[in-house]
Amino acid sequence: MTSNAERPKGTRVRVVPGGPVLVEGPVEVVLDDGSTVTSDRFLVALCACRRSRAFPFCDTSHRRRVRSGAPDDKERPAAD
Amino acid sequence: MTVQQAATRGPAARAAVPVPPGARGPLSRAVVETLTGGPPGPSDALGAVASADPYGEDLQLALHTCFELHYRGFAGVDPDREWDPDLLRLRGAMEAVFLDALRRDADLRDPSDVDGALDELLVEPVDGHGVTHHLQDEGERWHLLEHAAHRSVYHLKEADPHAWVVPRLRGRAKTALVAVQHDEFGGGRPEMIHQGLYADLLDDLGLDASYGGYVDAAPAVTLATVNMMSMFGLRRSLRGALVGHFAAAEITTAPSARRMARALERLGGGPRALRFYTEHIEADAVHEQVLRYDVIGGLLADEPDLAPDVVLGIRATNLLEDRLAGHLLGCWRADRTSLRRPLPGTVGR
Repeated sequence: MTSNAERPKGTRVRVVPGGPVLVEGPVEVVLDDGSTVTSDRFLVALCACRRSRAFPFCDTSHRRRVRSGAPDDKERPAAD
Repeated sequence: MTVQQAATRGPAARAAVPVPPGARGPLSRAVVETLTGGPPGPSDALGAVASADPYGEDLQLALHTCFELHYRGFAGVDPDREWDPDLLRLRGAMEAVFLDALRRDADLRDPSDVDGALDELLVEPVDGHGVTHHLQDEGERWHLLEHAAHRSVYHLKEADPHAWVVPRLRGRAKTALVAVQHDEFGGGRPEMIHQGLYADLLDDLGLDASYGGYVDAAPAVTLATVNMMSMFGLRRSLRGALVGHFAAAEITTAPSARRMARALERLGGGPRALRFYTEHIEADAVHEQVLRYDVIGGLLADEPDLAPDVVLGIRATNLLEDRLAGHLLGCWRADRTSLRRPLPGTVGR
């Protein structure tokens, strides 16, 4: 393991509790059926909960879902 | 703002510089008249600021016009007006009124609880009924078009307000924020710059893709969301708020981008319109993590005293986005246009 200040000795991976696994990109992911998908983002979020509709990449489907009484969906700049 | 050229599509429209907007009251009139060489007005207007509605049409348009001098400016306006002392004095007074209102109205009960403020955004309502749910499930095409026009005020300069914070950060926070910005600006590929993808979306929907093309049509409730970013971005003292705002925006966009992609599919958007939102589903799932752990984490490791500002950025974003959502849904439910003037041929009945 490296501290923040050191240069990483290998590909840096971060496991987000309850969320995706973050891997420095670009990556080629081999799927169960032997096919591959690639991503050339600087950081790739790999789905760890298997709920993503963009599997093997995270689409935030791991988020806790709540019933009403919860805050309304905020209209946000739906992209940034 | 109307645009000098008639062209509303293609490269000419995208390169066009807007002309100053039509005034909506004494403050915006003073700003516009100063820009267009009329009698000096800002000093007189200064006295009117304190009594202005912080969220009102006049103050928000006046602020937006002042801020625009720092982005692309206006056709026929001397670029050095950006540093006109009278305009800066007026802008400073208006910013103070706006900022006071945000501090008063945003939910700041736990002013230093950054994690708590972020965690609230990290849940997905199973029965959400926000704007993107509405557009996904039942909205009409003219709702979608109006939404695109409102959002164009920001998305045609997407990520620009956040670029100003870069010199105000250091180390881990700076590296991480620039990595996200690199994505926003196309990752080295001009055809992928998000501002351009949004212009493609507007083109695809038959809307005006020119920069600032819908500012005159945009109500204060829309301009306020963009003015907040400009104010946080331009003021070094508010760097924590800018970062908090950016994180809040990135956290909430991945799920809403998926709903917008579905809305476009359902309402006949073409592939160039879809691209903008499909790109953001996965991109923002990454960005939210980077913003949270490295940008906010890095900033607060360097400057822990900025926690309340980060919370302000998150909560003020919630406040202004909720106000906009209420406006859009309220108008559409009443079959009224949500713009200051309806889009040609797409009027609500």
